[in-house]
Amino acid sequence: MSAAPAENGNARPRVAVFKMASCDGCQLQILDAEEALLELAGAIGIVNFAEASSHMEPGPYDVTLVEGSVSTPEQEEQIRRIRHDTRFLITIGACATSGGVQALRNATGRHEEFVRHVYPTPEYVASLEDSHPISDYVDVDLELTGCPIDRGELLHSISSLLRGAVPRISTSPVCVECKRRGYVCVVVAKGEPCLGPVTRTGCGALCPGWGRGCYGCFGPAQPSNNTEALGRRFADLGLTAKETADRFRFITGWAPAFREAADELEGVGGRRASGSPRAKEESSP
Amino acid sequence: MTHRSVEVPVIARVEGEGALHIRVEDHTITDLRLEIYEPPRFFEAFLRGRHFSEVPDIVPRICGICPVAYQMSAVHGLERLFGAQVPEGTHELRRLLYCGEWIESHVLHVFLLAAPDFLALPNAIEMAKTHPELVKTALEIKRIGNDLMALIGGREIHPVSPRVGGFSKAPRRKELEPFLPRLEWALEQMPGIADFAASLSAPALERPVEFVSMVNDDEYPMNVGGMGSTEGRRFDATTYEDVTREVHVEHSNALHSVMAETGTPYFTGPLARFNLNAQHLTPVAREVAERTGLGVPENDPFFSLAARLAETTLAIEESIRLIERYVAPDPPMVEVRPRAGRATWTTEAPRGTLYHRYDVAEDGTIVEAKIVPPTSQNLRHMEEDLRAFLPGVLDTSDEELTRLCEMVVRNYDPCISCATHFLRLDIERA
Repeated sequence: MSAAPAENGNARPRVAVFKMASCDGCQLQILDAEEALLELAGAIGIVNFAEASSHMEPGPYDVTLVEGSVSTPEQEEQIRRIRHDTRFLITIGACATSGGVQALRNATGRHEEFVRHVYPTPEYVASLEDSHPISDYVDVDLELTGCPIDRGELLHSISSLLRGAVPRISTSPVCVECKRRGYVCVVVAKGEPCLGPVTRTGCGALCPGWGRGCYGCFGPAQPSNNTEALGRRFADLGLTAKETADRFRFITGWAPAFREAADELEGVGGRRASGSPRAKEESSP
Repeated sequence: MTHRSVEVPVIARVEGEGALHIRVEDHTITDLRLEIYEPPRFFEAFLRGRHFSEVPDIVPRICGICPVAYQMSAVHGLERLFGAQVPEGTHELRRLLYCGEWIESHVLHVFLLAAPDFLALPNAIEMAKTHPELVKTALEIKRIGNDLMALIGGREIHPVSPRVGGFSKAPRRKELEPFLPRLEWALEQMPGIADFAASLSAPALERPVEFVSMVNDDEYPMNVGGMGSTEGRRFDATTYEDVTREVHVEHSNALHSVMAETGTPYFTGPLARFNLNAQHLTPVAREVAERTGLGVPENDPFFSLAARLAETTLAIEESIRLIERYVAPDPPMVEVRPRAGRATWTTEAPRGTLYHRYDVAEDGTIVEAKIVPPTSQNLRHMEEDLRAFLPGVLDTSDEELTRLCEMVVRNYDPCISCATHFLRLDIERA
């Protein structure tokens, strides 16, 4: 991976921020970086960020941050354009990296019914059957997971790139962070189901620190991911297979490791496991 | 016949994505559509089948700017249905959390999104060059709101502690006390900020308006209260869907709301709350309102910014009061037993009234969900504001017209992620 952004003479690196289907929370993490942002604004040129500025320049960009999932036919085109215009593409948040909570529709296979349920006139609504992570369509250089992303990880990533260094993002599970901070285990002490053993930290073990179980905002931890054993532990706590599957099928439920765990529990055997549009394109002659 | 057409592909500095299409023929607007192309995410559909206890983790994902509003409408409604007796001090802590969100959201809107308009600057980074001290002060006040949310909720975006039955953890008094000097400092800044706001020159828009907000006999409404309107309507969450009606228009992924009886649009948000609840303003908030020239009745939507500053001040004063009297709920939450039935509730999100309804099965499974966010309630009213405002400014350049249209829209601080997003301007001048 070549981390250094494009050279464009002596000019500051050109940074753009785009949004797809999402809640704005990850973009808000950028705005909430406040002082750090004003400081960074000296080192980089944020040349296209509709939420923050009415001044919007066209590409090419050195670094592009994309929030949100691909969820409409228009966005399928938009993300290819963005990739084409961008040297280094960073996807931010659960929606961009695993389809987001709106990907809960994917496993149901009931998109049509969902449209009819929410909108009195379904034909006015253009929406894809599935909510897709960006990597289903284009190559992504760095994924920052989280719902929302962690501000520290974002600033670290941008400043690493500015120095030409590869950002270092932890992939270890929330459990490690809990031990580091000396938190009492909510599974052991309260008998509360917690996704901490299989979820990437990045939040600082937030939920256990606030007296409750982790619900998986940052997606699966890497590389070990023993969802099956955790499912058995949840069964011991008295959860039904459906209740355990619902834990996996949540904020980052379309991330492969969690999707497969839920499919296994519900006995659907990865019915919709190969839903990537890119996979379809690449396999076609 | 002359024909004019202008395109603005994305409305900037709003939370979400939308576009505005206008057609003008012989100085008459023949078509005006606020297009919402924020993609639908189907929350009301996928909430079905989930357990009630997951709702406070799901619904904040509708909006990263006002997640607490979504959590509050949900937990209150479900608790009432279940007859849950939350621990003493829960109401106060929820109000304090909401104050944090009002401060964060209002200051974000006033300084990062709206104020650059009044100074004809493209963004807050440019404004930080022309008004460095003011922007620094504003960011520090916003930071206090964020920090309050983070302490109580675990994080400011999608807090984790609010649960049906209370909080998973309540802060200790000594964790809240360090906020007092910061809040006192912020309060001292507000009159000066009000004077700055008063010095901005804004367009004016006077027309009859029906304002709708929660009303409460005892306090400026956030979590608890009935509904009122400046046309004398009185209702509450249980009759919300009878009094108001949602309509689907072709150009919008967000539904529009109108009054069911008259088919007319209404206006919810800070200016509505001010008009219906000004008697509950706290002392410095009252002073801020006066300094900005804001008084009851105030129909001009361009005074929304002033109302946001008055409410920011109120939220600061309320935070001080709530922290001074704070007693941590102990235990922080009670166990809740579900029962079948219908849960309805409204709370006041920074942008206006947020209505939730959940039909729940006996085992606590959500059977049906209905969520009516403030921005979609305001959409029809926004379109009507534009219709009333545009004829007076049609002769300006497309660039200026775009800026003015965006200002009209931005008065509502629209959160299009909630309502589904926002503004591409496309003006056809025929």
